[in-house]
Amino acid sequence: MEKPDTHIGLAHGNGGRLMRQLINDVFARHLGNPHLDTSLDSAFVPFDGNGTLAITTDGFTVQPLEYPGGNIGSLAIHGTVNDLAVAGARPRYLSLNAFIEEGTELALLERLVEAMAEAARDSGVEIVTGDTKVVGRGECGGVFFATTGVGVREPGVELDSRSIRPGDRILVSGPVGDHGAAVMLARGEFGLTGDLASDSASVIPVARALMGIEGLRFMRDPTRGGLATVAHELTRLSGRGVRLLEEAIPVRDAVASVCEVLGFDPLYLACEGRVVAVVAAEAAEAALAAVSEAAPDARLIGTIEDEPGPVVMETGLGGERILDELEDDPLPRIC
Amino acid sequence: MRYVSEFRDGRTGRGLAELIRRRADPERKYHLMEFCGGHTHAVFRHGLPDLLPENVELVHGPGCPVCVLAISRLDQAIELATENDVILASYGDMLRVPGSRRRSLLKARSQGADIRIIQSTAEAVELARAHPEREVVLFAIGFETTTPPTALAIREAAALGLKNFSVLCNHVLTPSAIQSILDSPDVRELGRVRVDGFIGPSHVSTIIGSRPYEFFAEEYQKPVVISGFEPLDVLAGIAMLIDQLNEGRAEVENQFVRGVSRAGNVKAQKLVAETFELRPEFEWRGLGNVPYSGLRIKTEFAEYDAERRFRVTEKPVRENKACECPAIIRGVKKPTDCKIFGTVCTPRNPIGSCMVSSEGACAAYYRYRHRRAG
Repeated sequence: MEKPDTHIGLAHGNGGRLMRQLINDVFARHLGNPHLDTSLDSAFVPFDGNGTLAITTDGFTVQPLEYPGGNIGSLAIHGTVNDLAVAGARPRYLSLNAFIEEGTELALLERLVEAMAEAARDSGVEIVTGDTKVVGRGECGGVFFATTGVGVREPGVELDSRSIRPGDRILVSGPVGDHGAAVMLARGEFGLTGDLASDSASVIPVARALMGIEGLRFMRDPTRGGLATVAHELTRLSGRGVRLLEEAIPVRDAVASVCEVLGFDPLYLACEGRVVAVVAAEAAEAALAAVSEAAPDARLIGTIEDEPGPVVMETGLGGERILDELEDDPLPRIC
Repeated sequence: MRYVSEFRDGRTGRGLAELIRRRADPERKYHLMEFCGGHTHAVFRHGLPDLLPENVELVHGPGCPVCVLAISRLDQAIELATENDVILASYGDMLRVPGSRRRSLLKARSQGADIRIIQSTAEAVELARAHPEREVVLFAIGFETTTPPTALAIREAAALGLKNFSVLCNHVLTPSAIQSILDSPDVRELGRVRVDGFIGPSHVSTIIGSRPYEFFAEEYQKPVVISGFEPLDVLAGIAMLIDQLNEGRAEVENQFVRGVSRAGNVKAQKLVAETFELRPEFEWRGLGNVPYSGLRIKTEFAEYDAERRFRVTEKPVRENKACECPAIIRGVKKPTDCKIFGTVCTPRNPIGSCMVSSEGACAAYYRYRHRRAG
């Protein structure tokens, strides 16, 4: 009897028997659903034609592949699902591209796809088509994923950054910087250890709760570049300054500590399970109440200013500083 | 975050600011130099200038380790990494500092030089242990805070019998720099810089203690208050300096009692004294050649001295003419006095070293600039 493979070889990507086996034994076994036919190159999915189709796509190259709170498999679902959710759409179907490096342990791949399946179930999406490539050693960091997502935006839903007005309030659905800090620790580069976990999760419940609020103007998920980068986006989209209150922004103690040690700012670290929303001032408390179940740590953290201007942070001491746009990956400082 | 958030408490901070406003005599001005880049960073990060009355001005000093490193010394490190095929172990914020001809360690790395970012000198020793076939050079920079770890690395390498580890030593001394500022024509003759008192460094003083500053207080009649790096520490230090100046005192006071004693860390001092010796003079960016201000490795440990091990040359360098870093380091000019600040020179594309490290005055101004200042 043939000994089962424990690692990915180049032959797993050659289109032949081994590749078919890999797709069926790993991907289809975990991700299987009535619409996924691994023998076809396209999927046919029901669509009732009511509303607007939303499409997004994203690539995932995180290192390490596994970290506390998730792995690249769950991230490949959450990243794409969340982009659809904050656009006001209900995510439905995903396609998947998997780039696997020769020599990757099958057991690892199994764990990644298992997490992917779980994240997809939680988010109510199905992976309906996919493609697998095996690349040579050293050509990608173990595994890369790319997912494309389709969702439906119901009629009447309109989220338009042009509706942002002076005095609107800014809400964040939970502590910021968890994902960035957890991945940084998991890399082990800095010899720091801790029990930090990524916040990687679907934001659909938060987004749906907010969409019930009259006065919701805009939503975004603060991924790369973190909260500060979304704040800058808001200044560009609204043509107005943004004022944030340092004391109101939730940051976990462990994240704050890592940042203190390394000289990073948690406001620039990625989140993978948070929503930043702009709501009319009179709807702010209602928005907070609406998300209280899905996001108990949500806070109102700032306002849209009257005039054009930068992102200004009011410090805990009552001073002000400007939050600059992220320019380069931060380098840890000397002492 | 315990032991940190207590020292950032908003209410206490506003109370201290109110105290400063009440005690500052409206009839006079207070020019206080925060020597250390750690203070410069804290001042801007927490928006402290907004809390101070107009007649209390902070003058940013030269205590940013990355900023004061002479370009010629950085060029040597770049040369070691590119010409000698060594693994160069460097602190992260050194990487973007521009050397001659706009070269930097970061650019050298992208062109194939093996440059590793380290957080502690122990990692450099570990690199040497793990790569016995390669030469590993620790690019050692900084004031008294970072010197003992470098000494430890040399001792550790000796204990392990490593033959492929050496140190490019650029460690400098705080008291020499303070004296250089107080003796400079800018301060003594021209009055271009007014310094009424010093906010003394916190981490440096945990090592050297508060005693070395007594000389400045007595000889130059300048009060020194050693303060911690948290915003409440800085505000308390400012209040103490104002009290001294109002009362005509010039003493060394210690606000940072939780970390600093008069004698300092005697064990660390001993380790440093056994491993390093004074250079007759050392070049600083901005301050020029300062007598007895830098350390080199003792002959006893010569085999760990990269300057002896490799033929590193010292080539003359030309500063970018438009860059005001030297004057900013001396406290003569403010970042906003520089023509290229924020336009040609940005953190992304730094022309001078002050724009690189988060402790540099220009980078702090740029990142955290206040709307009124910006």
